[in-house]
Amino acid sequence: MKKSRLLGFLLGSICLLFGQGSFAMDCDEIVLGAAISLTGKYATNGVHAQNGYEFAIRKIAEHGGIKIGEKCYNFRVIYYDDESKGDRGATLAERLINQDGVQYMLGPYSSGLTKAIAPVTEKYQIPMVEAEGASRSLFTQGYRYLFAVLSTSEQYLASAITLAAEKAEETGKSPSDVRVAIAVENDPFSLDIRAGVLEDAAKYGMQVVVDEKLPRDLSDMSAILTKVKLVKPDVLVVSGHSKGAATAVRQIEEQNIKAPMIAITHCEAADVVGNFGEAANDILCSTQWAETLSYSDPIFGTAAEYEQEFKAAYSEYAKKTVPYQTAQASAAVYVFKDAFERAGSLDKEAVRDAIAETDLSTFYGQIRFSDAGNNIAKPMVLRQIQDGKYNVVAPSEFASHELNWPRG
Amino acid sequence: MDQVLFNLSLLGEYPIVNLKIVIDGIMIGALFALAAYGLALVWGVMNVKNLAQGDFVIAGGYVSWWLAKYGVHPLLGVPAAFVVMWGIGWVAYKLVISRVVEKDLFTSLLATFGLAIMMAQILNLLFGSDTQSIKLDYDTLYFFDGFIDVPIAKLLGVLLAATLAACVIIFMKSSRMGQAIRATAQDARAARVLGIDTEKVYAFTFSLNSAICGAAGAIVVMVWVIQPFYGITHSIRAFVIVTAAGLGNLPGVIAAGLGIGALEQYGSHIFGIGYQQAIAVMLLLAVLIFRLIQQRRVRKSLQ
Repeated sequence: MKKSRLLGFLLGSICLLFGQGSFAMDCDEIVLGAAISLTGKYATNGVHAQNGYEFAIRKIAEHGGIKIGEKCYNFRVIYYDDESKGDRGATLAERLINQDGVQYMLGPYSSGLTKAIAPVTEKYQIPMVEAEGASRSLFTQGYRYLFAVLSTSEQYLASAITLAAEKAEETGKSPSDVRVAIAVENDPFSLDIRAGVLEDAAKYGMQVVVDEKLPRDLSDMSAILTKVKLVKPDVLVVSGHSKGAATAVRQIEEQNIKAPMIAITHCEAADVVGNFGEAANDILCSTQWAETLSYSDPIFGTAAEYEQEFKAAYSEYAKKTVPYQTAQASAAVYVFKDAFERAGSLDKEAVRDAIAETDLSTFYGQIRFSDAGNNIAKPMVLRQIQDGKYNVVAPSEFASHELNWPRG
Repeated sequence: MDQVLFNLSLLGEYPIVNLKIVIDGIMIGALFALAAYGLALVWGVMNVKNLAQGDFVIAGGYVSWWLAKYGVHPLLGVPAAFVVMWGIGWVAYKLVISRVVEKDLFTSLLATFGLAIMMAQILNLLFGSDTQSIKLDYDTLYFFDGFIDVPIAKLLGVLLAATLAACVIIFMKSSRMGQAIRATAQDARAARVLGIDTEKVYAFTFSLNSAICGAAGAIVVMVWVIQPFYGITHSIRAFVIVTAAGLGNLPGVIAAGLGIGALEQYGSHIFGIGYQQAIAVMLLLAVLIFRLIQQRRVRKSLQ
C-alpha cells in the first residue's frame, strides 16, 4: 500500500515535470528549429508567431501527437533570437543545422528575415515551412525547400481594385473610369503590394493618377494627401507597415480626404481603431485570416474556436483580437504534422516531398503549394472597419457584412 | 518627367496650395527644430555629437503616452516629459557622457551610438514595439474651401515648441547659468579659470538637451506616431539642421529647421514624396558648398 502510494507520487511528479506532455509520455520527439525575432523592431510580431507555434504544438500533442507507422511523436522547437537582423538570422540558421542537428525548420518573422535564412536552409537541403514572409520575391528564386502557408503580398490589396470595379458597374459607370491613387513604402513587401494593385488596375483599364513611394522614415504624409485632395481619386491605396497605417488614418481625417474607397494594410498592428476611433471608420484593411471565417479542421476546430482556445491559453490576448500572424504560425506547424504522417518516415527528403504535395483544409484556410512553394489555395480577405469593428466585406463568398460605400 | 510637369501644373491650377505647402512645411520643420536645437547646444558647449538625440525624443513621447493612459491630459505630458527626461539625461550624463566630453570625436560618437541602441531596446522591452500615438479630441480648422487645413493639435504642438524655444533662448541670454554655459562653450579652460564649475555646466547642458528632446517627443506623440526604433529619423533631421545652420548659431537652427521643412514639402510635392530625404540632403550639400566658397573668400582676404 505504502509502496504504491510512493509510486503514484513519483509518477505524479514526473507528470508535473513534463507538464503538458504528460498525456503523451510514450511519444518520441521531433525537433524543429526556428530563429525568430524576440527582440528588436519585429519583437511584437515575433512573439505572436512564437506563441502560435507553441499553441499548435500543444494542440497536436493533445490530439495524440504525430503518428508515423506504429510510433507517435511530439514536436519540440529550439528557438534562437535573431534580434530582427538578417545576418544574425542566417548565422543562427547555420548554428541550428550544424550544431543542434536540426533537420526541419519553422520560419522567422518578416519577409526580410525569411530572405536571409532561405539560402541557408536551401544549402543544407532542410525543409522550411514559414508563415510570416509574404514577399513575392521569395518565390522567384527557385527554392526547393521553402514553403509558405500565407498568401503572397501582391494579393494584399488587389481585391480592393476588384471591389472598386464592382462598385463602378453597380452605379452604371465603366470600371475603366475608376481613378486609383497609390502610396506605398519603398520596401520589397510594399512594392509587391503596389505591383499587385497596378496589375489589377491595368486589367480593368483604370487610370493611376497618383503613384508615390513613401520614404522609410516617413513621419508626415501631408504632401501626398494634398495631392490626393486635388486629383480626387476613386480609390486610395496605402501601405507602409504600422507607421504608414497610423499616419495615414490620422492625416486622412485631419486633411478631410473624401475618397470613396480607402484601403490600407497593417490596421490591426497599428491598432487604428484603438488609437484613432471614428477616424478609422469605413477604411478597408487587408488580412490573411479572420476569426469569423468559416474554415475548420479536426485539430483546431473552426477559426472562431481557435481564437477562443488561444485566448484561454494566452491570457495576454484576452482583450484584443488574435493576430493573423499567430494563426498562420499554428498552420505552419500543422502542415509539418500532416507531412510527417503522409511521408511515414523522418527522412527529410521524404518529408519535403510530402510537404510539396500538401492539400490540407485548416482553420486558417486551404493550404496547397505551387511549385515555387507559396500557398495558392487561400484568398486574402478584406475587412472594413464599421463602427469600430472589423467586418469581412470581400471576397463576396466570405463576406459577412455589406460594404459601406462611398466612404465619408 | 510627365509626373513632375503634372505636379507643377497642379500648383498653377490651385495657387492656394502653395500656401498650404508652406504652412505644412513650417509646422513639420518646427517639430524637428526642437531636437536640433538641443543638439546644437550639446555640440557647441561640450563638443559631443549626440547620436541618441532621436531616442531621447522617443523616450519623451513614451513618458507622455504612458501618463495619458492613466488619464493625464496630453498637454500636461509636455512639462512632465521635460522633467522626467531631465532626470534621465542627468543619469545618462553621469554614467556615460561625462567620460567622453573631452575625448576625441570618435569616442563620443561611439558612446552615444551605444546609448541610442540601449535606449531603443529598453523602450522596446518596457512598452513593446507597437506604434503608439495620442489622439487629441480637437477639430481641424479649414480655410479657403477646405484647401488649407490646420489641425488644432498640430497648431498647439507648434505653439508649445515655439514657447519652449523662446524660453530656452531667454534663459541662455539672461540667467547666470546661461551665461556660464555660453562662457564654457567659448573656452572651457578660461571658464574654469574664472571659477565656473564646468562639470556642473556640462551636466546641466546635457540634462537640458534631454529635457528639450523629451518635450519635443511629447509633442510628436500628439501629432505623429512613435515606436521604440523611430529615434533615428529625429537624429538624422537634427544633424542635417544643425550642420546647415552652422555651429554656435542657435536662432539659425530654428530658421534652418523651418526652411528645410518648407522646402522639403515643396520638393516632395513636385518630385514625389520618395525624394523627400534626398531633397533635405541636397539642400545640406548646397549650404555646405556655399559656405566653403564664402570661407575661401575670407581666407584670401586675410593673406
